[in-house]
Order: sequence, then C-alpha cells, then structure tokens
Amino acid sequence: MKKNVLLVLIIILSLSFLYGCSSNDEVVLNVYNWGDYIDESVLDDFTNETGIKINYETYPTNEDMLVKLTQGGSNYDVVFPSDYMIEKMKKEGMLSKLDKSLIPNLENIDENFSNLEFDKGYEYSVPYFWGTVGILYNKNMVDDKVDSWDILWDEKYKDQILMMDSQRDTIMVAQKKLGYSMNSKNVEELEKAKELLIAQKPLVLAYVGDNVKDMMIQGEAALAVVWSGEAYGVMSEHEEFGFALPKEGSNYWFDNIVIPKDAKNKEAAHKFINFLLDPEIGFRNTDYVGYSTPNKKTFEMLDDEVKARKGAYPSDELLENFEVFLDPGDFIEEYNRVWTEFKAAN
Amino acid sequence: MVNKYIKRIYTIAIFLFLYAPIILLIIFSFNKSKSLSSWDGFSLKWYIELFNDKHIMKSLYYTLLCAVLSSIIATIIGTFAAFGIFNMKKIQRKIILNLNNLPLLNPDIVTGISLMLLFAFLSRYKLRLGFLTMLIAHITFNIPYVILSVLPKLKQMNKDIYLAAMDLGATPFYAFKKIVFPEILPGIITGMLIAFTMSVDDFVISYFTTGNGVSNLSITIYSMTRRGIKPTINALSTILFTVVLSLLLVVNKRSKSIKDLT
Repeated sequence: MKKNVLLVLIIILSLSFLYGCSSNDEVVLNVYNWGDYIDESVLDDFTNETGIKINYETYPTNEDMLVKLTQGGSNYDVVFPSDYMIEKMKKEGMLSKLDKSLIPNLENIDENFSNLEFDKGYEYSVPYFWGTVGILYNKNMVDDKVDSWDILWDEKYKDQILMMDSQRDTIMVAQKKLGYSMNSKNVEELEKAKELLIAQKPLVLAYVGDNVKDMMIQGEAALAVVWSGEAYGVMSEHEEFGFALPKEGSNYWFDNIVIPKDAKNKEAAHKFINFLLDPEIGFRNTDYVGYSTPNKKTFEMLDDEVKARKGAYPSDELLENFEVFLDPGDFIEEYNRVWTEFKAAN
Repeated sequence: MVNKYIKRIYTIAIFLFLYAPIILLIIFSFNKSKSLSSWDGFSLKWYIELFNDKHIMKSLYYTLLCAVLSSIIATIIGTFAAFGIFNMKKIQRKIILNLNNLPLLNPDIVTGISLMLLFAFLSRYKLRLGFLTMLIAHITFNIPYVILSVLPKLKQMNKDIYLAAMDLGATPFYAFKKIVFPEILPGIITGMLIAFTMSVDDFVISYFTTGNGVSNLSITIYSMTRRGIKPTINALSTILFTVVLSLLLVVNKRSKSIKDLT
C-alpha cells in the first residue's frame, strides 16, 4: 500500500516538475527545422554567446510543418520552409517581414539569390541551403559526355535510366529539354512535354523515389535524375560516379529561414538568423549537411575539391537557365491531368 | 520423417521472415560507410556518434519517460475501469465496451488531430503543447488496450472467492487487493507491456500533440527521411533490441525458477 502511494507521489512530482520547466521567464527561442539539417553544436554556441536558450524541434516535410504552424498550441520563432512553401505562406500572410538592419550578415549572401521569384529582395526570407537537380551517371557504363537532358532519350541506354517518381520534377525534365519554362501555364507546352515523356517510357528502367541511390550504387542503372545533395553523397563514397547539370537548365530549390507572423521572440529570432549567416557558422553547417551554401564567404572557406563541384556550384551563365518551382495555382489541375495520362500510357 | 523435416523448415522460415530485417539492421549498424545497403567494413563510429548526438539522446529520454509514465498511469486507470465494467449490468457493459473499442478502431490520424484541436482550444488557458500534452494523449490511447487485456482475466476468475472474502469481513478494496489483483496480474502485466510498446511506437498522435522542442524518437527518425536515415538509428535500434531481449530472458528465467520452486 505504501509503495502505491509513493508511486503516485513520484508521478505527480515529476509531472509538476516538467510542467514547471515550461513556464519560466527567460527568453527561449523555438526553432523548427528539417531533421538532421544543422550541426547541433552551433545551437550551443548561440546560447553561450547570447544567453538565449533554444528549443529545437524537427519536421519531415513542408506540409507537416505547415499543419503544426497553423494549428496553434505551440509557437515557433524560426522556421526553414522551402521555396514554394514560402510563396504559399506569404500569400496567406503567415510570415513576418524581416528587419534587415538586424541582419548585417545578409551581405554575405550571393547576389544571385537576392531576387528569387518567391521572395524578391529578402523581404520575408533568407537563403539557408540550396541545391540543384541533375544527372548522376556511372562512368563505367556511360562513355558519352553528359551535359544535356538529351542523353535520357538515347536508345543506347535503354533500361538503364532512372527517373523520379515525382510529378513536377519529372515534367520539369521534359519542359526544360523542350526549352520551356518549368512553371509554364501553357496547355500546348504541357501536352508536348507529356508526349516526350511517353516516348521516353520504353527506355526507362523505373520511376523511383528514395531507393535511387541504392539502385545506382548496385549498378542496376547507368543514369539517374537526382538532387545535387544526394549525388555528392553517393560520389563521396563511390568514385565511379559523376554528376552533371544539363545545359538546357534545370530546377534549383531553396530552403530559406523565415520568422512566422505570430512568433513571440522576433528580436531573438533576428539574432539567430544573423548568427546562422556568419561565415564560420555557415561553414560548420555546410560541412555537416553537405548541400550548397548561399553564403559567399562560407564558400571561400570550403575545400578546393568541394568548390570545384560544378553540379553543386554551377557557373553563373549555366544558372541563367535555372528556375525555382512556383505555385501554379488552379493550373495545377492541368499538371495533375498530364501526369495521370502519362502514367497510364503504355 | 519427411513430415518432421517440413515442420522444421517451416519453423525456420517463419523465424527468418520475422528476424531477417532486425539482423540486417544490426549488421549495418557496424557498417563503416553511411550506406544502408553495401558493406564497407567494420566500425563502431555510429555508436560513438549516437552518444554524441544530443538531439537523438534527448528524444530517447522523452520517449522512455513518456512510455513508462503513460503505461503505468494507463494501467492503473485501465485496471480499475475494467473491474468497474466487469461488475456492470449486461447492457451497460456492452455499451461501455463498445465505446472502449471505438478509439482502437479509430485511425490514429483522427485521434491525433482531434487531440491537437482539443489542446489548441485549451491553449487559451495557458496549456502549451509539449511533454504534458503528449503524455495525456498517450495515456488516452493506452487505456483501451489495458482494459481489453484485463477483462478476460476477470471473466476467468471465480467471482465467488471475491464474494466469500467480503462475507468474511474484508473491505471491497482489501478483497480486490488480496483476491482479485493476484488473479488478474498476468492480464495487467500484458496490458502494461502493450501500452508501453504502443507508446514507444507511436508517431502520428505524438506528432500532432507535442511541441515546444519536445519530440520522441519516432518523430526524430521520421523527420530525418529527407536527408536519409543515418546508421546511428541502426545503432540505437540495436541497443534497444538487445536491452529488450535481455529483459525478456531475465523475466523468463525468473518466472521459470519460481515455477520450479512451487
């Protein structure tokens, strides 16, 4: 009997202790980031430097993040959505305008990224990481030069090609090959892209998701459309692979840092953003995550081998043909239709 | 003779089917490279990295704390509830049991969203999403499992012994403690174990009911999917698996020696 009372007491005590923890007055910054997307020692350094504590939480997708953000009950001060999600959140008035005077390190960011379609002039967001989409190829199996989407339509590589099982990413390949914008709202252009993808179908081994890396490493295919970050992850451990960006252009994506409208500690949030844009801190994060940094000074600090990665840091002239995905609004119905028809075609 | 062979092969096949994924997971926790499919040599680096990863260790702490607390609390509430339901009239019992089954059949996502909406509504009374809300959610979805595993044991019990104890002057609580409780203990333990595993396992409900920096292992692991699951997770799973396995062995051995004594 005594034991039971003791047990209940312990439970009540530990509960009240936990509850007590969450209700103190010091500044606590709630940071909501993608999983495994920061060198976590950076967070401690920020606390040591400024005395601001960080509550760090992670999410798996933009959509999951949006749900938690809109439902209330918890409060986030710094979030890292991707390009199209920023566009959407901006439209819905969920973001708070940045006070650029509080972010002097903004000057470290590459000017190429100051006018991105979804947020011109860093009004609501600052780039954190970015990347591209290109072709990962096995040098032992491919002897042609890889510099164009055309190679994915080459009969020679029948059943050795992997495409993404993802609507807009795959339609993008056909659109870019045809020289169209990947945000096209022209039905005729979309139809042509569809025909092209259907024509490619017999050559493609599979339309894949996450298993693309393993299939390439095991030598099941010679060419695959992949994200730059994944490509260099594979290449750092397997020498037989190469990664190239097509000259027709491709998609580049961004994960930017934003402050939600109802954030409680906006001043601390600005401090944290400025801290992340510091060259040294940026270097540690880039070293850990391995994606492309938008920070010019951080880029200078990278190893020469990393700097030379044309696929992760393309030349300015190549970048001219690159685009960010934009929200097509109601026109998404057309994309859905084209994708379904392509999937159903034989 | 042939029959025996087939039996043996069948058993081996079943166990292989059940344990092959876990064995593979354990092997790759010792892999040198990040790959989860090709072997590049032995190394312990993922174990070292695991213990240095504050985020994962913190999630582990919240996971275990939440699982232990929620299974204990749910077991206490559930056991008394089961005893109450057992003593009800037949129609009443049927209604309550059906109500009890509803949360089990309800998809997790519905439970998760509705709890989140409830907590969001309560947030105007200073309730913030965090460990407490996650714990409450876990207790909520654990209680039906405990009730369902305790009730059959109550039905098996001879009710007359309980009544006899009261005839001889025991208070209801004393009779429950001395007569009913030992009878239904196996059911209680089963219920608690189920509750514990359900709590460790849960992603959907936890995701929607937690906040403010508190996340359990399933949330942390799932949020890694974009960048690829790291072998540190294999290392962690290997440790958890060994701990559970040795616990089971110890428990089995103890109950065996107790049986031998009696």
